[in-house]
Amino acid sequence: MSSFRATKIPVYPKLGEKVTQDTLYWKDFKTPIQIKEFGAVTNLDFSPVAPHNFAVTAFTRIHIYGPFSQEPVKTFTKFKDNAYCGRFRSDGQLLVAGCEDSVVRLFDVGGKVALRMFKGHTKAVHVTDFTSDQYQILTGSDDYTCRLWDIPNSTELLSYKEHTDYVRCGIASKLNGNLFLTGSYDHTLKLFDTRIEKSVLSMDHGQPVESLLLYPSEGLVVSAGGRHVKVWDLLKAGQPLVSLKHHHKTVTSLCLSSNGQRLLSGSLDRHIKVYNTTTYKVVHNFDYAASILSLALAPNDESIVVGMTNGILSIKQRKCPEDSKKDIGQQRRRPSSSGFVKGKNYVPKQDDYLISKPVKEHLAKYDKQLKKFNVSKALDTALETFLRTRKPEITVAVIKELDRRGKLKNALAGRDEQGLSRLLSFLIGHLVDQRFAPVLVTAADMILDIYHSTIGQSPVIDRQLLRLQDLVEREIDYQQDLLEVLGMLDTMFACSLPKKEVPSPGINGQNGQARGETSSVPPQIQAL
Amino acid sequence: MVEHGEIRVVHRGGSKINFRQPVFTHDSRFLLCVSGDGVRVFSASTEECVHHLLGHTDLVTGLVLRPSNHLQVFSCSVDGTVRLWDYSDGILIKTFTIGFPIYSIHACGSHDGFLFLTIPAKNDKGSEIFQLVAVHLPQSGEQLVDAQELSAVLSDVSANPGAISFGGAGQYIASVNGLQLEVFFFKKQKSYRFSLKDNKKKGTKSTFMCVTCHPKDDCIATGHEDGQIRLWRNFDHKKEYTYSTVHWHHAAVGALCFTPEGTNLLSGGVESVLVQWRYNQETERDFLPRLGAAITHIAVSPDGSLFSTSHSDNKITIIHSYVKVSAVIQGLVKSDRCRTDLRVDPRSKALVLNGKPGHLQFYSLQRDKLLYNLDIVQQEYVHEAGLDQFDVVKADFDAGGKWLATVEERKQNAAEVEFNLKLWAFDEQTQSFVLNTTVSAPHEDLITDLSFSPDQTTLVVSTSRDGHFKAWALAAPTDAEDECPSWSCDFVGSYHGLAPQCCSFSADGSLLAVAFQEVVTVWSLASWDLLTTLSQPPGEIRNLCFGRLSCSKFLLGTTTKNQLCCWNLLTCSLEWSTSMDITLLLADPLSENMAAFCFQAGSSDLFVFKPSEPRPLFSQKAVCSGRVSRAVFVPRQELLEGSDESCQWLNHSQLHYFTPNMDLMTFTTKAEEDRLVASSKQLVIDDHVAMTPFYLLLGKPGQSEGQEVAAGSHRVQPPQGSTAIRELLQTPAHVLPSTSYLCSMFVQSLLISTTDKREQTNVTEEEMESEKEEADSEDEETPSASARRDQASGEVRSEDQPNPGLTKAQSKELRRLRKLDYSWLRGLAD
Repeated sequence: MSSFRATKIPVYPKLGEKVTQDTLYWKDFKTPIQIKEFGAVTNLDFSPVAPHNFAVTAFTRIHIYGPFSQEPVKTFTKFKDNAYCGRFRSDGQLLVAGCEDSVVRLFDVGGKVALRMFKGHTKAVHVTDFTSDQYQILTGSDDYTCRLWDIPNSTELLSYKEHTDYVRCGIASKLNGNLFLTGSYDHTLKLFDTRIEKSVLSMDHGQPVESLLLYPSEGLVVSAGGRHVKVWDLLKAGQPLVSLKHHHKTVTSLCLSSNGQRLLSGSLDRHIKVYNTTTYKVVHNFDYAASILSLALAPNDESIVVGMTNGILSIKQRKCPEDSKKDIGQQRRRPSSSGFVKGKNYVPKQDDYLISKPVKEHLAKYDKQLKKFNVSKALDTALETFLRTRKPEITVAVIKELDRRGKLKNALAGRDEQGLSRLLSFLIGHLVDQRFAPVLVTAADMILDIYHSTIGQSPVIDRQLLRLQDLVEREIDYQQDLLEVLGMLDTMFACSLPKKEVPSPGINGQNGQARGETSSVPPQIQAL
Repeated sequence: MVEHGEIRVVHRGGSKINFRQPVFTHDSRFLLCVSGDGVRVFSASTEECVHHLLGHTDLVTGLVLRPSNHLQVFSCSVDGTVRLWDYSDGILIKTFTIGFPIYSIHACGSHDGFLFLTIPAKNDKGSEIFQLVAVHLPQSGEQLVDAQELSAVLSDVSANPGAISFGGAGQYIASVNGLQLEVFFFKKQKSYRFSLKDNKKKGTKSTFMCVTCHPKDDCIATGHEDGQIRLWRNFDHKKEYTYSTVHWHHAAVGALCFTPEGTNLLSGGVESVLVQWRYNQETERDFLPRLGAAITHIAVSPDGSLFSTSHSDNKITIIHSYVKVSAVIQGLVKSDRCRTDLRVDPRSKALVLNGKPGHLQFYSLQRDKLLYNLDIVQQEYVHEAGLDQFDVVKADFDAGGKWLATVEERKQNAAEVEFNLKLWAFDEQTQSFVLNTTVSAPHEDLITDLSFSPDQTTLVVSTSRDGHFKAWALAAPTDAEDECPSWSCDFVGSYHGLAPQCCSFSADGSLLAVAFQEVVTVWSLASWDLLTTLSQPPGEIRNLCFGRLSCSKFLLGTTTKNQLCCWNLLTCSLEWSTSMDITLLLADPLSENMAAFCFQAGSSDLFVFKPSEPRPLFSQKAVCSGRVSRAVFVPRQELLEGSDESCQWLNHSQLHYFTPNMDLMTFTTKAEEDRLVASSKQLVIDDHVAMTPFYLLLGKPGQSEGQEVAAGSHRVQPPQGSTAIRELLQTPAHVLPSTSYLCSMFVQSLLISTTDKREQTNVTEEEMESEKEEADSEDEETPSASARRDQASGEVRSEDQPNPGLTKAQSKELRRLRKLDYSWLRGLAD
């Protein structure tokens, strides 16, 4: 016949963000390694060749770190002032960096002393990059100019004076050696062609441009400035495609994930946002301790490196797949039973007659007690420490089931000091939780009814009852405040929407609950 | 109730089978039970209904096997007759007219020719006092017999048949009523009364509920309201009687029964647990829990191999004597009130309504059989009186039968109401509904109406007393990981804070009408705009219904102030209205017709009309007494050929309704009944084979069994005595020749000779002989063998041939074989 039906445990929607594939992917990193640099980390660049070292530009030096070392494998210190924008050439052999003293230095990655010094700018050089033909260097400076230098001769080839403010970001095209893009504090992005004397495209970002990023296809460009991240379509003559505004402060750095599917932006508001590049929706969010100045992703997203204003360099490395496998293996091994079971490995032959054994259904401990109508024991098992603390919804469901059976009073009655205090501490913990309040308020009422004659006999219980009273009073005040807010909102809605009906079931739900709680209070106060 | 030409109201299935204790036949193969105005014969093994004995004109109230002939059964009815049936053929043998309404019937082997009936003490139906009378059944060959020879046995008995029991092989009769046990001894013509006191202080209620007598010992077991069972002994003395008490049940003992040998006592009650007590060792008990609903009757088969328990949910469970359920006969579950409207499942065409507590039942009208119960609440049901538990209050299907929406609620007290809206998807693989979405507390107050949009867009609208109506739509999964779509709230509407009462979709699913007290609002489903409001004060709208097909421009509504209004939606004005107290208004989904049940002068009238025509198509006065509140149009499987104009509204679908006391009624036409009768005539059933579809397919047709009244007496016995068999059996298996060689000989030995004239008296045997003659003709070897051959049948064997056996030629042959074999064996031994 019909079997016993287990107590229904309601599933409450999980609060907080939903677990998606993206969150799983971006959370799959080890705890960050933090390295203190001498000053704010202004630029990060990964070497394009294995083992993918990265250059960290901070204060007057450039450190080069290996992928797994926490000590720099190389340090360039020959700067007179703050260094800026240390970047690798596409073969990983050379490194270029600007400086506050307006000199651009070119280093061999193996050496120590600068191979070339490019002098010509009159102010600090914040932008340096190699063009894709590997023999030229592009620079941008606070003297509003951007220039092109020849590496073998260390001579200036071209100079563009189109920007009207500091040039703070720039990038050379990787597909075409003649094209490069600069962004300036004059709110514009400009695309230059070295074959002609002036810019070919100019785009107005609206805010001082802090960072630029070209898509691998180089059809789209992303610019960051102010609180906005904007995407432009170069093939449609710089038509703006999207404008994203998800940060609270200036966005300082941009980065693409290795497969080009995700865009990351770091900001002074200490967040990194991850966008989906097809929908441009935020899919993940990282928090950091300080304002972020620079951000880089290792090839294959093996690690995220973030440089901050307080000089902290944070390196997060991806968890090895072997580690996670080991965890699963351990979990699997656990439930295997020790001891030999006869016929466990027997494979039935073709003409064997199979007799199926009735499957024994598993019932939780409290359900077993409920099945036997042991109401007090069922409540005891539901109040065990694990359930009470980790899964209060189960405890509440059992209390509700007892109430439905009309046996809650029997289950609550006849408890000693320890049992009652356990019950009261559970009530104090969860009475005002709006998911559990309707059930627990009836239980609290019943407890007060049953035990009001014993008040004063145990100091422990008295203290808990006072706490409960305090809790309920605070909750009433809180609900009253909420009702006032609700009233104000209602008037505002009524003013703004003169005709339409405003159904507000969610707010009214709280409203009804507040009423329920208020009605349950007087007996408690009397009992105390 | 035959009025209005051809259409008439008939009782259509779903009658109670748990009203009285069922009766096992002597061979335990069939179970007889009362069912409304008839008696049903169920096969105990296949659960199928084999016969339906019809003839009584009122409720059948009792059944008892005829003590002198176990193939016949007496049934008694409130119509004042006792009828004698042959249940194996389903024939009415005799009718005894008593002249008083009879409430129970008893018979005993030692009182042959007498029946004991419970009739009202005064000859009127309303009387609450009953008496037990003995009726002598006059011997007569007529069909209709007047039996007026009544002699009172006991006065002031209970109408419940479980309160009277015969004991000591008919020496005494025990009857309980209230707080008193009365034992009447037939020999001494003296009765003893034993009274108990109600101990109010302890809260024990020792009112007698049922009584049963031990079949061998002088012991009477009585069940009490507080769950105790008392075993009375020594009750042939007024003063020195003793009783012992056993207690397991926590609520009233509903039924008690001893097994035929008296070794066990069975008891059951509200707990729905069958308890088996060992007689004289009452501490040892066996339990069969989880029988589903409260036990109302227990019956035991005469050989003690089967028990049956009747349950309050119109179910009979057949249980093996080793306490294991073997079969369940389930009728239409009748809860005290049907809270969901009647619905028709578009897939199975089954009627859907409240079933067991917390379940929806799917009841096939064609087969008059419960298909299955769908567990809506999915919570443990606690069998305890006075406990308020979740129950299904609303249910609706979408047009294709793919989705089912249900509302369940539990009203603990006025302030606390819990209710859930559940949406179920039909699963093709399991062929049942699977829970898709649960919305707990969908509204702030009780849901008053629930309706699915009729077109393919999946949309449910629920109206609630909190002043809102909500539209729920199937939302696509938000993430790729969610494998199935779920339902969410799409729109919340309200109108001046009034509470909506009912809602209705137009047939094409473009308009929604929601009635807010006196005002009908019409909403566009595409934009959720309020299109217009219609109102016809005074009186709140009770029922709303859109016209169908050619009348789809009409919207009909009934109000509490006894008005039926019809609005034209094209002109947004009132088309017509009439003054009628309509309790129920419903539209036929397949035609323009609408049915209105109208309450007038204590009974309900039915009107069938088209909204566009002023004159009703059909009307019938006094369809039933009281208000009809549940009815449904069930689409027909095949279109009925249009006959009379007044019956045409029944062509597409059939109207079923529930009377206030939960009887399912329907309207049929004469043509339809004729067809039913014709089809039922084809099904002539062999007496001792349960009728299954398989049997109908393969069973032998057309054998006239009519003359074989006493079945079993003429069955051919296996021919144990024949020499051929003996020889076959005695010869060791390893020396026998091949089976194919022996077979023809063996078959011949079983045949009966044609020439033996003494035996040829029986018709059936003649038939057999004729078959055999055909076989003989093949037997070329021994043309005269039939003369010398003996009958293998033990029954027809003649006395003067003391050593019958094979023909000489055959035995010679057999002997030769044996010799041959032995020599072979000898050779092997050497």
